[in-house]
Amino acid sequence: MNKIKLIIQREYLSRVKKRSFVVMTILGPILMAAMFVIPVYVSTRQGDVKKIAILDETGIFRDKFTDTKTILFTNATGPIATLKEQLSDSGYYAVLHIPKTEAVIPSSAIIYSNKQASVTVTGAIKNTMQKEVERLKLEASGVDPAVIDSAKTKIQLASFKIDEEGNEEKSYTEVSMVIGYVGGFLIYIFIFMYGSQVMRGVIEEKSNRIVEVILSSVKPFQLMMGKIVGIAMVGLTQFILWILLTAALVTTFTAMTGASLSEAGSAQMVMTENSRLVPSDAIPDEDEPGSDELQLVMEALHSINYGTILGFFLFFFIGGYLLYGALFAAIGAAVDNEADTQQFMLPITIPLILSIILIPYIINNPEGPLVFWASIIPITSPVAMMARIPFGVPYLDLILSVALLTLGFLLTTWIAGRIYRTGILMYGKKVTYRDLWKWVSYRG
Amino acid sequence: MQEEILTATNVTKRYANHTALKSVTLGVPKQSIYGLLGPNGAGKTTFIRIVNQILAMDEGTITWNGEKLSLDHIFRIGYLPEERGLYKKMKVGEQALYLSQLKGLSRSEANQRLKRWFERFDIMSWWNRKVEELSKGMQQKVQFVVTVIHEPELLIFDEPFSGFDPINVNILKEEILRLRGQGATIIFSTHNMASVEELCDHIALLNRSEKILEGRMADIKKTFRTNSYVIQYDGVKGSLRSILHPSYEVLEEVMEENLSTARIRLPQGTGPNDLIAHLLPHVTIHGFSELLPTMNEIFISKVNEYSALPR
Repeated sequence: MNKIKLIIQREYLSRVKKRSFVVMTILGPILMAAMFVIPVYVSTRQGDVKKIAILDETGIFRDKFTDTKTILFTNATGPIATLKEQLSDSGYYAVLHIPKTEAVIPSSAIIYSNKQASVTVTGAIKNTMQKEVERLKLEASGVDPAVIDSAKTKIQLASFKIDEEGNEEKSYTEVSMVIGYVGGFLIYIFIFMYGSQVMRGVIEEKSNRIVEVILSSVKPFQLMMGKIVGIAMVGLTQFILWILLTAALVTTFTAMTGASLSEAGSAQMVMTENSRLVPSDAIPDEDEPGSDELQLVMEALHSINYGTILGFFLFFFIGGYLLYGALFAAIGAAVDNEADTQQFMLPITIPLILSIILIPYIINNPEGPLVFWASIIPITSPVAMMARIPFGVPYLDLILSVALLTLGFLLTTWIAGRIYRTGILMYGKKVTYRDLWKWVSYRG
Repeated sequence: MQEEILTATNVTKRYANHTALKSVTLGVPKQSIYGLLGPNGAGKTTFIRIVNQILAMDEGTITWNGEKLSLDHIFRIGYLPEERGLYKKMKVGEQALYLSQLKGLSRSEANQRLKRWFERFDIMSWWNRKVEELSKGMQQKVQFVVTVIHEPELLIFDEPFSGFDPINVNILKEEILRLRGQGATIIFSTHNMASVEELCDHIALLNRSEKILEGRMADIKKTFRTNSYVIQYDGVKGSLRSILHPSYEVLEEVMEENLSTARIRLPQGTGPNDLIAHLLPHVTIHGFSELLPTMNEIFISKVNEYSALPR
């Protein structure tokens, strides 16, 4: 076994020392951190304050508009025609014209601007006017203003899952969706990235003609497993470095700007929950913007059992990688160069792509029959089950999936080992599926 | 009988469509240079791979110094395959260390031995360069070093001279003879009959998965001799035919700078002294030797003989 260790060590070190590994390790977290940081940066960016002139002919909305971090409202006078003419020179972003109408309480307004008025601006204006009009109408029908204020309610829908023993558990669908999607997608990417590294490694050994030199010291199976395991460790190393570096980057950024990640999270959450697509800080008259959502998100984030999810992630990552890694190795052994791999790649890529296509379906309906089978059958289960796990999966399904994946990778490793040991010494022969079958079924 | 380091008995290897080795029996004497000859596809490489335990045989036994060949013996074999190469992107020293460790050497031991060999071959300055930066000749030297680094008792070279330039071929030959002198046994698989002639003392000839000839090279040559002699003499070309009895067959006669050379096949029952006795009164003899068949001739005649047989 000492020799397998040597092979693993070589495979690992030769890849980790490569410049491309270092570049990817540094670049990956920057990209990932950018995903979190850019929205925060954009939403907290100062300096871009929009001044808006209000020409309120009704007088109803005077002083009702409150300034926000990015929007300043000013009352203007004069005929609207002059304001419109002077718009470009006046330094105002837009002019809001609320014309006098027949109705006592107006319900329409016009906004003039040089550029398309942003959603933030129109959203803030509509929101303010709507609230005021609602209040006026209620008052007009004789409702006490105190009652109106006390009637302002925000609904929070908490959902609980009840299992068979009657235990209740609070569930957070949105967070589960995000985790399921990210988890499934990561496994897909890792299987493809590192699986094809296994294949290229085998082809390299074959085309360098070093393979027979090595096979005079080790068994073909040892060489194959050493390569697969070595590259798996490269993948895990990269994954762990990514997490650490991403965390470091986000922390550094947060410390520098004072913005917190959870604020960004809540801002995004509001955007997705709110059909009006208005960022939370554009709703001016809520006392503490986003505080409820923030609380909800934090609660949800704390509710996730990270230990369990990470544990299953590692299992499905390693299991899926071993299952496909062995097949990738077999393909590498069967061909002479990378161009010939095409014909054998299809049976590997189709189930993988199928499982990635299934992810949105799974996170919308984690209990469907198709989802059940996809998360049980080993060729799709690593991705499909990972997407399903955050929603809670019955133990029986989990056990079945884990057992079948274990059997699956043992089987593919066995098959791959047989293809590998024959193919690796075969040069200049155009291999067909029939040949592969012959190699697998050949006794001895 | 000489002690054998490696004895194969009835070794058979079948593939799906054909039999690569058909009940092959052969013995490699200790400290011999053993030529494993045969046309393409005769089964040489299959046999070598079985000895290296890269392939498993279907039937038969192989023994190593009398005990059954097992995985432990791998460390005592050095194998230079016909399809050989190195990791191009890896540094020379690192790679040599890796391959040496795979052969069972400890890292420090490998390091010491490699440094010695690299200095011998004058490639020490390349230790930290990548293999792809090396010339072909230097790569071959590195390849040779890692084949012999663990001081194996049995060395197996499959087509060792293919792709080597003449200077490296010479170095390789010297090293092979030196290693044999230190007690190693060498198996050689090749088409190159000139090098067989030069180096081997034993040969085995494989054809169509079967062994058709084996033995000491000198003995084989003797069995294939045709009672022919080469004679150099002072005289006019063509004069021998008139002197000798017609039962003496003059195969070829050439004349260079007043010295004629003739190849003569003697009739059965006569010896070289009879020929000399016949010629002495007529010409001045400058040289006389037996004309032994070359390995090339033996190879071709033997293979043709078997190919003519119905399968």
